[in-house]
Amino acid sequence: MDFSFTKEQEELREEFDVFFKEEMKNAPPKWGKGGLESIYATDEGFEFHKYMAKKLGEKGWISRAWPKEYGGQAVPLIEQFIFNEVRGYYGAPGIDGFGVGMFAPTLMVGANEEQKNRLLPPIARGEVFYCQGWSEPDAGSDLASLSTTAIRDGDYYVVNGHKTWTSGAHKADHMFLLARTDPDSTRSRGLSVFNVVMDYPGIEIRPLLFMDNKHVYNEVYFKDVRIPAKDLIGKENEGWALTRQTMNFERSGGGGFLSAKKSVFDIIDYVKSTRRDGKLLSENPVVRQKLAKLYIGTEVGQALAYRINYEQEKGGLIFAASAASESKVFGTELAQRVANYATEIMGLYGQLAPSKWAPLDGEMIDGYQFAPAANIYAGSNEIQRNLIAWVGLNLPRFK
Amino acid sequence: MNLDFTSEQEMLRKSVAEFLAKECPFETVKEIEESDEGYLPKLWKKMAELGWMEVYFPEAYGGYSDPFMDVMIIMEEMGKAAYPSPFFSTVILCGLILTEGGTEDQKNALLPKIANGKLIMALAQYEEEASYQPTGIRMPAELSGDQYVLNGTKMFVTDANIADKLIVAADVKDAGITLFLVDAKDPGITCTKMPAIGMDNTCEVIFKDVKVSKDDVVGNPGRGWEILERMFPKAIIAKCAEMMGSCKVSIDMTASYAKERVQYGKPIGGFQAIQHYMANMQLGYDTSINYLYKVAWMADEGMDVTKEVSALKAQVNEQYKYISERGVQIHGGVGTTREFNIALFYRRAKAAEYVLGDTDYHYEKLAQALGM
Repeated sequence: MDFSFTKEQEELREEFDVFFKEEMKNAPPKWGKGGLESIYATDEGFEFHKYMAKKLGEKGWISRAWPKEYGGQAVPLIEQFIFNEVRGYYGAPGIDGFGVGMFAPTLMVGANEEQKNRLLPPIARGEVFYCQGWSEPDAGSDLASLSTTAIRDGDYYVVNGHKTWTSGAHKADHMFLLARTDPDSTRSRGLSVFNVVMDYPGIEIRPLLFMDNKHVYNEVYFKDVRIPAKDLIGKENEGWALTRQTMNFERSGGGGFLSAKKSVFDIIDYVKSTRRDGKLLSENPVVRQKLAKLYIGTEVGQALAYRINYEQEKGGLIFAASAASESKVFGTELAQRVANYATEIMGLYGQLAPSKWAPLDGEMIDGYQFAPAANIYAGSNEIQRNLIAWVGLNLPRFK
Repeated sequence: MNLDFTSEQEMLRKSVAEFLAKECPFETVKEIEESDEGYLPKLWKKMAELGWMEVYFPEAYGGYSDPFMDVMIIMEEMGKAAYPSPFFSTVILCGLILTEGGTEDQKNALLPKIANGKLIMALAQYEEEASYQPTGIRMPAELSGDQYVLNGTKMFVTDANIADKLIVAADVKDAGITLFLVDAKDPGITCTKMPAIGMDNTCEVIFKDVKVSKDDVVGNPGRGWEILERMFPKAIIAKCAEMMGSCKVSIDMTASYAKERVQYGKPIGGFQAIQHYMANMQLGYDTSINYLYKVAWMADEGMDVTKEVSALKAQVNEQYKYISERGVQIHGGVGTTREFNIALFYRRAKAAEYVLGDTDYHYEKLAQALGM
């Protein structure tokens, strides 16, 4: 057993580190931790995301792990993992979680050659940004019950319906859409995947404001939107199997624990330099214990992430799929604990949004508000726990 | 990065697992728990013949000089079997103290005897105040001619009732904490087994004018705490390995039960309330086990693991308690009985929590190590 990185991997980490440290000097004020809010809630945030995506694209870092035939360098997953860790540590944008993280690998497994050649290069160059057209008002965790239709009409499909929770739709160029191509079908049969350009006539985007009044989510309405048939990805009516694969890509993150560790170190610096009632906060045993607990969370989470990466690289997909759900649950709930403990430790100051008064730039209270969203998106933590029980522990699945 | 065990390590794991499955099923574990000795001498002897005692001992003293990771594997499998034996007291605690701090004569005399299964040892560190800190070691060892004289009470001395020799931590005036090798059968020693949740050999040991030769000081006078501190990291790794083995078995037996137990016409393992508990248990296991392996690897590489072992022990303490407690809950009423095996682990989790530092102690140690 050997947890060490090779010399080349350490050098690569250093190269990523130098790059992100330097480039993050260009981040707009109140950037935050680099999550969906940092990217989508402000114009400056999204401009910075685009700027970084272009930079990463030029360096070939978006597509490093892609197969060579799609313009990648086919590097081992561990290198991508290192990249994600460093990027997470700096809270840096530039990797479109929807396009790069989910849809590009979906295209690689499900698209035809023409589509791959047309759609993958702009993603690799960091030029095209995606949003995810899955959830509907009546189809959340139970995604297969969705009702948006895409009915074939000559060389087009005509889409009607209503998507929601669409993060970044107001900024995205394309959407990957899951819609019902067989109107007589139920549940997972009769669904198909499409690549949709967001400025097609008939698409209306309405903001769905987050609890802190920020614009991250949207509702997207489709009224007789005509999509060229060449943008059907995979076979008609067989989109569910492809979407299941997209879900696995969605959960295979794992770079987030270094980001949480950075937060813990930031809080430790804060308690070592902040006095209350004549004592440093770091002298308070309750504070010390809270921070020890958080640090342990980052350590054990990272150890699991290494294991997942290692098993995925080896092709241990059954373990990796269940463990990726574990990592999603643990990572999001750890982030929530970090934000909650931090804002408890700060006392009255813990409530302040980013401003000159807020400790740690208000990142912790932003995190406190965003944490519930993370517990829900990408498959709620309850659904993830079901998956761990079914896939990982082989417990019965009631129909 | 290579997160696989070697084929030799896999074989070692398999042979320990098969041996314990055959020789020490849970019925036997319960019989051992109910016995005064708290271990089975014939199994102890067989283990020695299989060569498990001296795995990490240096070759110069008859050992194999194998990485500590191999000991971790043995402990994991012992944890799966809930195997009660003085292995941890003798081979881990006292073995590490001797290899880390013993004199040449002591190592030559004692390590081969441990390897042969002829010597059982126990560590007497804690006292009535029950402190894990060096300040908790107050029992005096007074120099009188060529001898030290020990007087006082040691508490929570595991396996003292079956030990041939004790390592006793005592305070020597002007020198500080010193470790002594003491004959456990000395007439000045009164050993009483205390009733405890682990149904193990945790003892009170009273010393009355127990005389110890200067040659039986481990290392040098005043170096006792330093030697203990060199022992702690690997001993914590070993104990956590045992605890994680127990977690694994707790999850497996609970999952099996949840698939078999039918209520409302369905196996209860299909109900989400049960599934979510089990997902949390599995998550607690997968995070902790991979951290254990990482920390064990670091220790074998000679890295400083001060922070890591405190993080590890606190984590494993809490997860073992959680996993075994939810295991009992999912079993329902039968989980609380002597007959069903899940409660073995529920009790042992509480006992293991106190070994080499409880959770609060390690949170504080970790806070210090993090610079607070």
